[in-house]
Amino acid sequence: MSVSSIKEFETIKHPVHEELAGYEGAKFGMWLFLATELLLFGVLFAGFAIFHAKYPVEFKLAHMSLDRVMGSINTVILITSSMTVALAIDAIQRGKRNLSIWFLVATILLASGFLVVKYFEYTAKFHHNIFPGNAQQVVIDHHTHQYGPVPSQWEGKAVDKNGVNLFFSFYFVMTGIHGLHVLIGMIVLTWVLIGMIKGKYTHWYYTPVENSGLYWHLVDLIWIYLFPLFYLIQ
Amino acid sequence: MAHAVAHEHDHNKSYLEVGRSIWGWLTTTDHKKIGIMYLFTIMIYFAVGGISALLVRLELIAPGKTFFSPDTYNVLFTLHGAIMTFLFIVPGIPATLGNFLLPLMIGAKDVAFPRINLASYYVYLIGSFISLVSLLSPADTGWTFYAPYSMKTNGLVVWLTLGAFIMGFASILTGFNFIVTVHRMRAPGLGWSNLPLFVWALYATAIIQLLATPVVGMNLVLLIFERVLDIGIFNPAKGGDPILFEQFFWFYSHPVVYIMILPAFGVVSEILPVFSRRPIFGYKAIAYSSLAIALVSFLVWGHHLFVSGMSDWARYIFSFLTFFVAVPTAIKIFNWLATLWKGSLEITATPMYYTLGFLFMFTIAGLTGLHLAVLSTDVYLHDTYFVVAHFHYTMQGGTVFALIAGLHYWFPKITGRWYNKKVAFWGWLILFVGFNATFLPQFLLGLEGMPRRYFDYLPHFQTWHLVSTIGSWFNGLGYVIVLTNLLVSAFTGEKAEANPYNALSLEWQTSSPPPETNFITTPTFPASIYDYGTEGKEEDTSKTKKAV
Repeated sequence: MSVSSIKEFETIKHPVHEELAGYEGAKFGMWLFLATELLLFGVLFAGFAIFHAKYPVEFKLAHMSLDRVMGSINTVILITSSMTVALAIDAIQRGKRNLSIWFLVATILLASGFLVVKYFEYTAKFHHNIFPGNAQQVVIDHHTHQYGPVPSQWEGKAVDKNGVNLFFSFYFVMTGIHGLHVLIGMIVLTWVLIGMIKGKYTHWYYTPVENSGLYWHLVDLIWIYLFPLFYLIQ
Repeated sequence: MAHAVAHEHDHNKSYLEVGRSIWGWLTTTDHKKIGIMYLFTIMIYFAVGGISALLVRLELIAPGKTFFSPDTYNVLFTLHGAIMTFLFIVPGIPATLGNFLLPLMIGAKDVAFPRINLASYYVYLIGSFISLVSLLSPADTGWTFYAPYSMKTNGLVVWLTLGAFIMGFASILTGFNFIVTVHRMRAPGLGWSNLPLFVWALYATAIIQLLATPVVGMNLVLLIFERVLDIGIFNPAKGGDPILFEQFFWFYSHPVVYIMILPAFGVVSEILPVFSRRPIFGYKAIAYSSLAIALVSFLVWGHHLFVSGMSDWARYIFSFLTFFVAVPTAIKIFNWLATLWKGSLEITATPMYYTLGFLFMFTIAGLTGLHLAVLSTDVYLHDTYFVVAHFHYTMQGGTVFALIAGLHYWFPKITGRWYNKKVAFWGWLILFVGFNATFLPQFLLGLEGMPRRYFDYLPHFQTWHLVSTIGSWFNGLGYVIVLTNLLVSAFTGEKAEANPYNALSLEWQTSSPPPETNFITTPTFPASIYDYGTEGKEEDTSKTKKAV
């Protein structure tokens, strides 16, 4: 009796490789993890909202210093990378390993492109003496992109320099932590890519590919909120 | 065939006989061993936190400077609070008893992600080491790290908070592992309505771990940025707002007290029916009230900030919600009392009198919590020893007592041995008297207006401070006796049988200690695991289902 029960028990509790949770369980776990990520960023979004309400004029003034073109390019890059990672998952689900490899490579390249653009944006800000919690200069004219010291009045309203500083605190912290997520995503995707090249994933086992894709979509999604919040909304 | 027999032989070995080397323990993915590693680690920190508490009490034995300088005193209570909260009681029951029992109770081989489970332990360990680096120049912020003081004070606040941030991830990993485990790893046929209440409690706890921890994590990161980069978000001099730190802090740190206490409720719900020989009263009410507490616990954080500047409407709402969260807690207490009613109580069983001690002290804790929910009395009692006493009645009288009750209850299962019951009784008595002698006087001190965290006090407070300090010695002595007894008995105690209490839940249906794979044969479970007091009917096969 016991021999057959052992086998029964083994098969029931060991549905797939490695982790006991199996495909559905691993995906469920990933969604739970993404929920914690949303709350992690939720703190920053809540903080941004509070200080946006407290310093509306200053936030509007400060947001003009951000480079909309670079921001738009990065948005396009990230959305495209979300597409390529989805295509990589689709390819491996259909058993097309080589295609999946190329889509993963494309995703990683797009991700590094995002970070390169971000690097240029950051250095441009540092160049104009704009640091977290400390902005010596801002763009004071939207059309000419003229930098100047933070004015005491703008569009007929008094400007509190603290509000401008806080805008850049949030800008650097939020995009910085998002950038860190991009970096982590790249590391994860590279790890998946190596596994893919080694032939670890097939059309019937692709859980890590799909889960890292889910993570990547979240990184993309957060940027979709960061972009209008910092660059567009007045 | 020969191969199959050899295979079976391996399965018969208990988990303690497999992979016995140090390396075998450190690299194990067995949830039982990880639970024990967690237990040992948190108990070491419990000792450190406890000693610092004794030193705090020692300083307060008389007004003025008695043993330490005011600065050392500040460091000591910070150390006590931070270690007890982040290093001991948050992992507390879930990572120890929860890790050990959850898979056993649902008839699974392990948790859903065994390797992540091990990773959680090491993340916790690394986090705890990083936070202890701060001892090189200790922080004096209290465990709450309130801005703006925590931004300005000397001391390695960054290391302490970074450690807490990292340990938060360990808590998240445990939580999400447990949720997936409960959803996906239950033995076939084991439905939600038949889950042990400890599992329900762990599930509700895991929801809070998952959703509250990231908030304090990011809050601490902002505090670190504040110290390193001077970003100004919490700095009033730079247009920021320190109250925002407090808001985010309590958004986690109020739910976190339910991370601490909910698993304790689960332990109590397991022990009471076994030693009352009565089915648990109101199974569904207890199960759902855990979820209700988890939900409402997110909406009460404002009661920590009633005097910190808040609109009247916000105060009314938070006060109402704080009363409201007491309802599901009271539901549990009444159901436990109803379980005891007309049961045949085995009052001499060690886990039982620990649990009854819990009921007594937690009821005091809950009722004094209501005083703090009332807006007008809170203004008076805020930041006094009344709050300190209330908090310690929930945490020590509640959680720690339940942890120790649970350790005794499952001790035969975990070690396959018995503890010395006489020592356990005397330990309990000293602990119970010592605890109440320490903290009952603090309610009176608080009512008389003694502020918490003060180094010095007016002479007329001295009597109760003296009683409290003497009580703390007995409190500490009680723990030494109880825990030494458990530790020694783990190696030398009498052998225990598989199911010494005739308990019905699944963890008792396997050998003691369990084999590495938890069950050798497919476990069977009764239609209700709380069908106690119906022993005559136990042979009734219609009530027993085969798991597969």
